[in-house]
Amino acid sequence: MKRFIGKRAMASAISLVGLIVLVFFLSRLTGDPTDLYLPIDATQEMRDKFRELHGLNDPLIVQFGRYVWDLLHFDFGESIRQARPAMEVVLEGFRWTLTLAVITMTLVTVAAIVIGSLAAFKVGGVFDRITSFFSLIGASAPDFWIAIVGIVIFAVQLRWLPTSGTGTIWHWILPISVLFIRPFGLILQVVRGSMITALSSAYVKTAKAKGVPPRPIIFVHGLRNAMLPVITVIGDQAAGILNGAVVVETIFGFPGIGKLMIDAILQRDFAVILAAIMVSAVAIFIMNLLIDLAYAMLDPRIRY
Amino acid sequence: MAEHLLEVRNLSVDFHTAAGTVSAVRNVTWHLDRGETLAILGESGSGKSVSASTIMNLIDMPPGEITSGEVLFEGRDLLKMTDEQRRELNGCRIAMIFQDPLSHLNPVYTVGWQICEMMTVHDVPADQAKARTLELLRRVGIPNPEAAMDKYPHEFSGGQRQRLMIAMALALKPDILIADEPTTALDVTVQAQVLALLEELQRETGMGLLLITHDLGVVAEIADRVVVMNKGEIVESGDAAEVYLNPKHPYTKRLIDAAPGKGETRDEEDRLGEPLLRVDRLQQHYGGFHALKGASFSIMPGETVAIVGESGSGKSTMARAILRLDEPSGGKVIWKGRDLLKMTPKELFAIRRDIQMVFQDPTQSLNPRMTVYQIISEAWIVHPDILPKARWKDRVAELLVQVGLSPEMAKRYPHQFSGGQRQRIAIARALALEPKLIICDEAVSALDVSIQAQVIELLDGLRRDLGLSYLFIAHDLPVVRDFADRVIVMKSGEIVEEGHVGQIFDAPRMPYTQALLAASLDPDPEVQATRRNARKSEGLVPA
Repeated sequence: MKRFIGKRAMASAISLVGLIVLVFFLSRLTGDPTDLYLPIDATQEMRDKFRELHGLNDPLIVQFGRYVWDLLHFDFGESIRQARPAMEVVLEGFRWTLTLAVITMTLVTVAAIVIGSLAAFKVGGVFDRITSFFSLIGASAPDFWIAIVGIVIFAVQLRWLPTSGTGTIWHWILPISVLFIRPFGLILQVVRGSMITALSSAYVKTAKAKGVPPRPIIFVHGLRNAMLPVITVIGDQAAGILNGAVVVETIFGFPGIGKLMIDAILQRDFAVILAAIMVSAVAIFIMNLLIDLAYAMLDPRIRY
Repeated sequence: MAEHLLEVRNLSVDFHTAAGTVSAVRNVTWHLDRGETLAILGESGSGKSVSASTIMNLIDMPPGEITSGEVLFEGRDLLKMTDEQRRELNGCRIAMIFQDPLSHLNPVYTVGWQICEMMTVHDVPADQAKARTLELLRRVGIPNPEAAMDKYPHEFSGGQRQRLMIAMALALKPDILIADEPTTALDVTVQAQVLALLEELQRETGMGLLLITHDLGVVAEIADRVVVMNKGEIVESGDAAEVYLNPKHPYTKRLIDAAPGKGETRDEEDRLGEPLLRVDRLQQHYGGFHALKGASFSIMPGETVAIVGESGSGKSTMARAILRLDEPSGGKVIWKGRDLLKMTPKELFAIRRDIQMVFQDPTQSLNPRMTVYQIISEAWIVHPDILPKARWKDRVAELLVQVGLSPEMAKRYPHQFSGGQRQRIAIARALALEPKLIICDEAVSALDVSIQAQVIELLDGLRRDLGLSYLFIAHDLPVVRDFADRVIVMKSGEIVEEGHVGQIFDAPRMPYTQALLAASLDPDPEVQATRRNARKSEGLVPA
């Protein structure tokens, strides 16, 4: 087990290095930040000074060398815009996104598993058809549209909820609801399909022959077997949110890592881009590891 | 009229499918008493399992529909009870075990938990259930019961898994045990042990045992009475020995006649000259595991050599190693004087058409998206020098006739055929390359007895007409007895005994061969009774 984790960490570290190289050079292709930060009539002298200050005068390869050297000392550089350590800025945004992702995915998981399992118990029944209908709509509706319609209805017309920002619990409701819909539809479909297979299996027949009532048949005998493919999709969807729920965070002015990243790219705030990418990469690595561990926990036939 | 423990009266069950309504069983009537064993005998599709599924409330409705009849348990009609009332009976009063214990045990829970659950759902306190589970595991002969409690189904062998199923089914001392093909997936020696265990437990508890099987041997071994089913109807029923000795219905007669292992064994022929295939100290190692430990034998032209052995004996490994489907670890395979294992891929390619293979499961070995014509003629695409394309159509038609199918079937797809027909297609495909040797790996094991007999007859006819040789790999001894010239008995990667078929079956020398024969079941209840006694007195069944 320890060896497995070690091997996985090693492989991820190698991809991370590749990613850093790629992003470092690609982000430099977007242009010179000087033009963005200085007034349009700034003198050449001011420009040179700005470039000197942020190390933009050196050849690219020297800038890269310096960046890597700093990285090795856990120095992720400074945000040009906010004039404070990039990592500090990123972790602040990440904390918001992580909270959003955890709450949303917990709700999605519980709801999709319970409803999907019940739908699978009577395939083609009324409950199954209703849930299939709504989950398909949910899985296919674009989130920016839902977000805007949500704002129009609940914030503008009914005035029940704030349009954007953070602060009170009411601020969380719209972003979470919008982020909830698509993963919910998708995971519900996976749960349903996987449960149908599990419930038609031979061991469920045995359970029926033992006289086990329907509820434990679904949630004890069926569900644990049906969870493996579901976990993969849950992980995938959670990664999507962690990576930055860019659209939703932007629309709701939510200060998460997705909005931060978009702003950083628009403002050529290179250090912040790189730090944000590193943080989400590590988060995704940890999540994949958790998924692998969940696999082994659920299925005794899987051992690492 | 005395009340029976369980009585099925005029039961009819339909299944409504997209292709129309199928009557699975029609007006089936039988009964079971305490302490007796009733066998329901039938081939696939006969509806033999349907009444058991009805008793256990396992039929999905829809698509199933019970159109008539009643199922009386101690005089009460199960079909009139609520689901909840039936759940109270299931497991507690009427329990069931199934054919394939691996898929019927939940893979993600420990066996201890699963056996305990049988009791806890019927309101036995957890600590009592646990104590009883230990007792049961000990009773059915699971080694080291304390440790076994915390293990998962995949950590046991096939025979042990069936013992676990039995332990679970008997946890609450049910009045009736339904066993649906309980030993079909097991090796002969293990089958004998499991049947013996069932009998013992029946004597202890006095339960009624309902056994569903396709195997006349199992009926002869254990049943008091038998019900013979064909196409959803009971064609004959009565005392098991009586039905075997004086079958009244033509179907029963056919079934008994088709049972292998009754005819004369082949005469011993002296075959001189160069062997077609000579296997010399063939070895196959997978890591530290030695699947083949230096096996040697040869096949003469026109000869049928059978390899028999239980699972894990290395018999299929041998077939794969000879064809270099898995590269062997050592030894020689001499084909017409040359070592196959030293050939370049190109030379091997030319030889491969001489040695063809027919596999166990024709459903899996035929590509479902190719027509029969495409399946058979594909061989000529790979080996274009055999036949000019203009003649393909005629040759496919010829081959189909040769294997007992009709030429117009060439346009159809595999799923449009029955299991036996599919195996004929697989044989036609093998014949397309005009091979000298056909390796049959359990080629008839998945087929019903009557179909099995037909396929064996086909193979034998082809041998006579075309001078083919066979390497016939099988676990089923009676089939081998009818078909083979020589028999090789394998155990744990080694050849234990080799000899002419008459010698192996009538005068086996090695204890393992003797045990194997003693454990195999004969359809004749009298022969079987003698065998049982011999087995008991000599203790031949290996533990």
